[in-house]
Amino acid sequence: MSFPWAQQYEPKNGLTKFLDEKLPLPRLVYNAVGAGYPVPRNLSYFWNFGVLAGFCLVLQIVTGVVLAMHYAPNTLVAFDSTEHIMRNVNWGWLMRYAHANGASAFFVVVYIHIFRGLYYSSYKAPREMIWLLGVVIFLLMMATAFMGYVLPWGQMSYWGAKVITGLFGAIPLVGEGIQNWLLGGFAPDNAALNRFFSLHFLLPFVIAGVVILHIWALHIPGSSNPTGVEVKKESDTLPFHPYYTAKDGFGLGVFLIIYFAFVFFMPNALGHPDNYIPANPLSTPANIVPEWYFWPFYAILRAFTADFFFVPAKLMGVLAMFASILVWFFLPWLDKSPVRSGHYRPLFRKFFWFGLIPAIVVLGYCGGAHLSTTTILLSQIFTAYYFLHFLVILPIISLIERPEPMPYSITEAVLGHDPDSKLGPKPTTASPAKA
Amino acid sequence: MIRIFGILTGLLFTVAVLWSFIVDTGAAISEPAPETAEEKYHLYPKGPEGGFAHEGLFAKWDTAQLQRGYQVYKEVCSACHSLRLVAFRNLGEIGYDEGQVKAEAASWQVPGVDPNTGEATMVEGSPTDYFPKPYANDIAARAANNNAIPPDLSLITKARHDGTNYVYDLLTGYREQPAELVEEFPEAKTAEGQYYNPFFHSLNISMAPPLTGTGQGTYGEGNPEPTIEQMAEDVTAFPAWTAEPALVKRRQAGWAFLLFLVFATVLAYFSKKQVWARAKGGDVGEASVKED
Ligand code: HEM
Repeated sequence: MSFPWAQQYEPKNGLTKFLDEKLPLPRLVYNAVGAGYPVPRNLSYFWNFGVLAGFCLVLQIVTGVVLAMHYAPNTLVAFDSTEHIMRNVNWGWLMRYAHANGASAFFVVVYIHIFRGLYYSSYKAPREMIWLLGVVIFLLMMATAFMGYVLPWGQMSYWGAKVITGLFGAIPLVGEGIQNWLLGGFAPDNAALNRFFSLHFLLPFVIAGVVILHIWALHIPGSSNPTGVEVKKESDTLPFHPYYTAKDGFGLGVFLIIYFAFVFFMPNALGHPDNYIPANPLSTPANIVPEWYFWPFYAILRAFTADFFFVPAKLMGVLAMFASILVWFFLPWLDKSPVRSGHYRPLFRKFFWFGLIPAIVVLGYCGGAHLSTTTILLSQIFTAYYFLHFLVILPIISLIERPEPMPYSITEAVLGHDPDSKLGPKPTTASPAKA
Repeated sequence: MIRIFGILTGLLFTVAVLWSFIVDTGAAISEPAPETAEEKYHLYPKGPEGGFAHEGLFAKWDTAQLQRGYQVYKEVCSACHSLRLVAFRNLGEIGYDEGQVKAEAASWQVPGVDPNTGEATMVEGSPTDYFPKPYANDIAARAANNNAIPPDLSLITKARHDGTNYVYDLLTGYREQPAELVEEFPEAKTAEGQYYNPFFHSLNISMAPPLTGTGQGTYGEGNPEPTIEQMAEDVTAFPAWTAEPALVKRRQAGWAFLLFLVFATVLAYFSKKQVWARAKGGDVGEASVKED
């Protein structure tokens, strides 16, 4: 579970000796995030985002529990109870803005975390399970965020719930039944609001459970690193504590500065004004849009406008939207290139920076924008690219690409030379090659 | 096997979405969506010259302005618009003292119960009461307003894009409907009971220009002239406050948080540097095993 040179935990006083015998929790912590966990010495700041995601989860749970003390999940009073929190509860506005912007921050962090994984192919063996659990976490996060957005029972809450549960209605034969079963009625109402609240409270703890598995799975091979070259020996690693605790501490500070700048100075910048209008089933908003973090997927959903043989357009859109995330599950087996890091994969790198990233950005823009011919046509082109990228381009380039020379070891990548290397120093490898 | 299956699935979605693309492109070419009057004439808000007193990273409420805005709300807007999330006691936050709050509350009639008969009736407001609604229900509101419901104003500046500037520009944006507009889009002609206003999403609004500049009272000693622009600015600042009463407190707390965080982060940066200095040079492990 760890490298042979890992430092060993030694209980020093009576209490820790007692604990170590009865319940070796300090030992667990020492081996998980302490000096007992050797980590590649060359991790970049992109490896900070896992810890930041964990921080966001805790932040959401803490602020959420406080909000739940004042919120009332009933369609008659939900909107007003939220405003009661904003106006009458001491520091209630802080809790609410921290929670709402916390959701956005969580997604920013997790997206960076995921795209780090994509660029450095962290999903490849031996880390498939970490990745698979990560995708499960992401799906749970999406469900949680969606249901949370319904709770204030504003216009977007209501119409968002209606549109998203309506997606299930596209399934042939059983769709409508499933939709009504999910909502507990024919349209979003008290039954739906109540169960969404219940599940929104529950799911973060499920996420926390899966995060534990995620980190457990991570500790078996240990972290990958920007070169993608596996750890070979002690000089390739540093103990997590104090090196990465210090680095994570600094990263957390930077994160908090940006996050609180939003919370205190532009708390509504990422929200939609319509959600400050109480839900009204009789008045449809001009443009029903989810929160920004769902925009790319929403664009994929809306890109399918024409029936495809016997498949109705709506069903095709729903399938594509779910498939756009489910493909991530198959990545470890689609991308067979033995090289992990994008630094040494010239073709992969080009498709990543000039294909995938622009595609996601444009899809994100189109998903949030007012529907128009332009946004639809753009969504269609980039939806096509999205699926081609993961399902066709990645498998093919992993066959035809000639990787660039890689360092012999992490030690060589960091120090420029490694006495164990048979081939001698390679000058090109210490810094990432230009794309 | 997975890859073959994957490539086939990928191609399936790609072909399906490109089929949509072809159909839509065809439709866009054969019958391009006609430009609408809204697209051509709608204006985005800019707000008053120089912005609002409470805007800016250190700005505070201009309580004199909020009080003027409250006065305009009371005398003009409250005839049609409710303010249901605000209580009279909240007026204490914009510079009225306890006696004034009581007096203001008492100047409003709110729904209550007759203490002798127990019947529903209107009574004098007290500080704990909320602002009353002008209409008994939505049907009454529609009946009195050309079939449109005047929205509640408590959150109005947060419930519209760029809301504070929007409310100001809407109040000052009434004008003649351009003749070219009617010529090009006859169906967008301002109907009976509506008024042309390019800041409104549909260009034609059922609210008559509420501020006329004359005969709407005076602001009293030491206050600016109640021009349309001045009144519009004041009566926009007021709901900006009702929408976000904690605004100033929020910014102040924000500075405290940020100052502390910047300080802590600088410390964290230097401790990180110091810790990592030990790892330079390659004697990894040793340096930290035998640490402190
Ligand atoms: C609540 C959400 C999550 C938490 C708390 C979390 C936590 C962590 C932590 C602490 C690490 C180690 C540090 C790092 O590499 O940054 C990590 C690694 C990793 N995570 Fe996550 N994660 C979350 C979500 C995800 C998601 C959504 C994915 C992918 C879809 C994912 C994929 C990975 C992978 C592949 C690694 C290994 C990276 C490597 O070693 O190169 N994680 N995660």
